[in-house]
Amino acid sequence: MSRVLDVENLRVSFPAPSGGRFLAVDGISFTLDRGETLALVGESGCGKSLTSLALLQLVPAPGRIEAGSAIRLGDTDVLSLKGEALRRIRGRRIGMIFQDPMTSLNPVFTVGDQIAEGIRAHFPVSRSEARDRSLRLLQEVGIPDAPSRLHAYPHQLSGGMRQRVMIAIALAAEPEILVADEPTTALDVTVQAQILEVLDRLRASHGMAVLLITHDLGIVAGRADRVAVMYAGQIVEEAPTARLFASPSHPYTQGLFASVPRITGPLHRLTPIGGSVPPPSAWPAGCRFRPRCPKAFERSETMPPLLPVGPEHRMRCWLAEEPGGS
Amino acid sequence: MGRWLARRLAQAALTFVVVVLLLFVLMRLAPGDPLSRLQDGSQMSPEEIAWTRQLYQLDRPMGAQLLAFVQGIGRGELGSSIAYGLPVTTIIRQRLPATLLLGGTVLLLNFTLGLWLGVRQAVRRGSREDRWLTALSLAGYATPSFWLGLVLAWAVGVKLRWLPTGGMTSPLLSPDAGFATVAIDIGAHLILPALTLSAVTIAGTMRFQRGAMLEVLRLPYIVTARAKGVRESAVTWHHAWRNALFPVVTLFGLWLPLLVTGSVFVEAVFAWPGLGSLAAGAVGARDYPLLMGTSLLAAGLVITANLLTDLAYSLLDPRVRSS
Amino acid sequence: MSGPGATVLAAWRDPRGRAGVLLLAVIAALALVGPTLLPDPAVQVDPVGGANLPPGTAHWFGTDALSRDVLARVVSGARVSLAVAVVAVALSVTLGAVVGLVSGYFGGVVDGALMRTVDAALAIPRLFLLLLVLAAAERLALPVLILVIGTTGWFGTARLVRGEVLRLREEAYVQAAEALGGARRRIIFRHLLPNTLGPLLVAATLGIGDVILLEAGLSFLGLGVQPPTPSWGGMILDAKPVLVAAPWAGIFPGLAIVITVLSANLFGDALRDAVDPRGA
Repeated sequence: MSRVLDVENLRVSFPAPSGGRFLAVDGISFTLDRGETLALVGESGCGKSLTSLALLQLVPAPGRIEAGSAIRLGDTDVLSLKGEALRRIRGRRIGMIFQDPMTSLNPVFTVGDQIAEGIRAHFPVSRSEARDRSLRLLQEVGIPDAPSRLHAYPHQLSGGMRQRVMIAIALAAEPEILVADEPTTALDVTVQAQILEVLDRLRASHGMAVLLITHDLGIVAGRADRVAVMYAGQIVEEAPTARLFASPSHPYTQGLFASVPRITGPLHRLTPIGGSVPPPSAWPAGCRFRPRCPKAFERSETMPPLLPVGPEHRMRCWLAEEPGGS
Repeated sequence: MGRWLARRLAQAALTFVVVVLLLFVLMRLAPGDPLSRLQDGSQMSPEEIAWTRQLYQLDRPMGAQLLAFVQGIGRGELGSSIAYGLPVTTIIRQRLPATLLLGGTVLLLNFTLGLWLGVRQAVRRGSREDRWLTALSLAGYATPSFWLGLVLAWAVGVKLRWLPTGGMTSPLLSPDAGFATVAIDIGAHLILPALTLSAVTIAGTMRFQRGAMLEVLRLPYIVTARAKGVRESAVTWHHAWRNALFPVVTLFGLWLPLLVTGSVFVEAVFAWPGLGSLAAGAVGARDYPLLMGTSLLAAGLVITANLLTDLAYSLLDPRVRSS
Repeated sequence: MSGPGATVLAAWRDPRGRAGVLLLAVIAALALVGPTLLPDPAVQVDPVGGANLPPGTAHWFGTDALSRDVLARVVSGARVSLAVAVVAVALSVTLGAVVGLVSGYFGGVVDGALMRTVDAALAIPRLFLLLLVLAAAERLALPVLILVIGTTGWFGTARLVRGEVLRLREEAYVQAAEALGGARRRIIFRHLLPNTLGPLLVAATLGIGDVILLEAGLSFLGLGVQPPTPSWGGMILDAKPVLVAAPWAGIFPGLAIVITVLSANLFGDALRDAVDPRGA
């Protein structure tokens, strides 16, 4: 009853330049309960954005969701929906916030019109009623002087304002799940904090479940209930936030934490993860992190499944079964 | 906005002035007095010859000629046609409706069917329909309009005898035929030339629109619209097409002059009594005043069309307005 | 020359571009070699009974009203039409490039004057410009015709090149060259010109198709290539009075035009996608 989203073995494929297809998202599974926040963390190219797009069947052609994937919104099987049925859940069951608000808003329509459109797509209300609701949404996301901002065009607003508008659009149809794909990446640091605060506030007041997608570990702490770390199309570690921060177990996660500069504590040298994220064509057989892993060993040549490491804590690494752990 | 408009108007006026100068220079390219060579074959009365000569000040030095020419244009006088013996403005006015009819029909076809097909192609990109339409439009683009006209005239007009192939009206029509009869008659005559001209021009419109739509459809705000739950038809027409209009507006501006200059070749093939066939005939007769008049009209239209296009851009795109 | 060379290579890889180039090569080969292999197009095979013969084994494309072999005429017409197009376009592109470079680089009054002239010239439809010039002169000899067509086609290219130059001037390496005190001529030839070659190539290729259509139209009106020189447009004009009796005399030259212009456009499109890959 409280489970709102259930993703099982999601696989998204793209045509490979040399023919055939490769899996940009390779067997992702996660769940989301009412009111909880799950953070999906990873570097660019790991497939996290595609995962979020897949939830609403928005994967751009020529990509496609492979058979065997399952996405369930409560009782609804999303992947079996088409046409009008699919349209009805977009925005209404899941609201999405995209990364770059400048290019994600239509430049030729006013901000108010774009919010109202989201409302009228799902609720049979009059234009004036939709306008009133848009106004309230603008106020809710903290835009000053909302009545006149309703008639503004996207290019007339600052980056932070535009992102607030995007949030308002995502909330327009009162969804139960909010997917925020890198909501602060395109913004200045000072504005980032403001946007995150808006998200926190709204999440609490609307009781939504949130899927937060980011590459920034910093915004995850204190905000997400659970974290899933992605690498090369797979989830490599998942745990409640506190546990992950306390004892990151997968070598990749450990590398991520080690490469984050800290203000407190003794000065130490930053240790970046050697090498770079390989393109799908260069994915090794077996564990995909092996070429860059300081702890790789013979078992790494076979693909590890997600293995338990602690309470509600799993990682995709054979070291979980080794005495002494990782 | 007002200041921008004033600036653009000044620019347009300047261009027009340069056009007048250019045409004047071109007319003087012909060695000797343009009128003296054709007095024998022309239809002009001695008075008209004298009037035209005076209008162009052909017996005065260059500077005075130019001045007189410009003044004449200011008064709306373009001299007398050497071949027809009538004022150029009169002839143009007589032939204008036919050209407007043909040009207007073609423009209408292009900017309804052409745009719609272009959008369809973009939305169904890569499909068989898309590929066929692209192939057809490429072929159409490469087809000489006069040849296509002849082929159609031969196939439809002569072999099948479905449609008339020459002129705008049937010479057999009685002078007091009703409006509907006349309209149908003109319509029947209009079909082949309009079809011909549309076939070779619609290709360009389709490609333009397709290209513009493809560019817009890959932009992030299209994904946002879908993610909001907007219906796919609204995503295509309300969100995407609205932004894909800009190049099309430019295209329309490029074509507005077609409305009046018609197609010289198509009108010639079908003996359509418009400005195009007028110009084609004027060359052989060395009818400079007529050619000048039509060229000036055409240029004036192009300049106006460009101005209107820029205006439309500023109205369509709120970003331009604020800058 | 890696810029334009790479562009051509990319266009070659594109299946449409390759088809266009290959077709053009075939047509050009036919134009060069054909007339020596085929019967003399001017020869009237059989003035009495050989006129307006339908396509058959003796005459693959039939004969025209003067009992001349249509295939032979189409092939010799290819020579003329292609020659006119290539030379005229070369002239236009060169003129346009020079004006565009000068205008874009030197700016100021020169630029203003040149561009206002270009604007005015562009305002007059090219065909009308040609009609005006043709009215001034008598039937034109072929070289003069080419000159006239060439000198009326450089305006758009000038604008294009000027735009490119203005853009390139802002590039870091050009500003560096200027800061280092590079001679103006050197900058133009070393830095600006090579980078405009790509768009110029596109304009030239697409221009060939335009000129072929233009020349054919003028010849059809009796104003372009003059008989007895064969030209596709002229052939269609000749075929007009006997269209009902011998449609092939008019159809084949027209098809030749379509195929040639189509190939030029296919190649030009592929080049354009290579230079500016959007909306493919």
